[in-house]
Amino acid sequence: MGRFKVKKQDTFIDMTPMSDVMVLLLTFFMLTATFVKEEPVKVNTPGSVSEVKIPTSNLLTIFIEKNGKIFMNLDNPNAMTLTAQQVNTDQNADVVKDIAEFSKVPMFGTPLNQVNAWLALDDRNGYLAKNPAAGIPCDSVSDELKVWVNAASEAIGEDKLRIAIKADKTTPYKVIKNVMKSLRDIDKNRYNLITSLAGAEQ
Amino acid sequence: MNARVDFTPMVDMIMLLVTFFMLCTSLLKPQTMEIAMPSDKQDIKDEQRNQAKASEAVTILAGGENRIFYFEGKPEEAMQNLVETKYGKDGLRKFLLAKNANAQKEVEKLKKEFETRDINEESKKEYNQRLSDIRSAKGTPTVIIKVADNANYDNLMKVLDEMLICNIGKYVIDNFTDADKALLESKGVKFPQQ
Repeated sequence: MGRFKVKKQDTFIDMTPMSDVMVLLLTFFMLTATFVKEEPVKVNTPGSVSEVKIPTSNLLTIFIEKNGKIFMNLDNPNAMTLTAQQVNTDQNADVVKDIAEFSKVPMFGTPLNQVNAWLALDDRNGYLAKNPAAGIPCDSVSDELKVWVNAASEAIGEDKLRIAIKADKTTPYKVIKNVMKSLRDIDKNRYNLITSLAGAEQ
Repeated sequence: MNARVDFTPMVDMIMLLVTFFMLCTSLLKPQTMEIAMPSDKQDIKDEQRNQAKASEAVTILAGGENRIFYFEGKPEEAMQNLVETKYGKDGLRKFLLAKNANAQKEVEKLKKEFETRDINEESKKEYNQRLSDIRSAKGTPTVIIKVADNANYDNLMKVLDEMLICNIGKYVIDNFTDADKALLESKGVKFPQQ
């Protein structure tokens, strides 16, 4: 009896093309991506046809969430440190005691006298999002937005600092008006309004 | 000897890296609209403010509940000229485009002219220069935007967006006065009690 030989198939799949494609994908993502910044509050920006890109360096972003609370951040820890030091000098008080810790927060926004208490908290972002006392005051009674913006502009350089406002679609105009007024009072008349791209309906 | 290298672990690892990058990064860079507000310090006098010819002035009033009105000409004649419209292409844009038809034509021409030219820094610069010239040329309307306290940010952005779409270079965001409030109240727009 002749032995019938079953041909053994090689199960080894060549992975080289697959790894080629993967490396390409990886390179693409690494080159195009910017890291998502942690934002304690969700801000839905309005759409606009404007295609101007946001400046990437020396950017001070003013966040306005839908209930009108105002937060702020600067794009790098170094700028945060300088700004905190400047605020301390300007106010002649230890507004921010733990500057090293402050420079690491993704976003800040409490009245000046509560910054230290807020920094000591565990759930800082949760506090900003949920506590009604959070937010930088900006009205005729106390206008601390000016203090921060002035300090940032002093620390980073008046002509280098770019200001961007990122406000929620549903924010009442009253809050926006106050912010714009404060900025105008301290002679910051050029700023960017952050929007998301939306094509115009034809 | 078999010189084939097993790439499976490599693919595994790269897969993980790709997943990581996909989840942790945002591809879309947010867009932005640059605006320059008039300064208080240059103290713009009322005469200068009214310099815009009445025939070219358009005032847009945005109130709460997404309602929007406009009138042409002097504020004294606002009552007769007040028209309610809506946001978007059939309302405000239709009116503004008609008002700004000349500039619109010029921009179309400009776009066509530059379509055939190479894109480089210089041509971009020239394009932007000429675009802004057209947008602020004589005879184009001056738009005064007034937004009520109870309107929202989206309303403001939509109006500002129309300025871009309709190529209007001269616009200001002005204070919403009590007179404007009375005007809108006469049209049945509700305002919250102070």
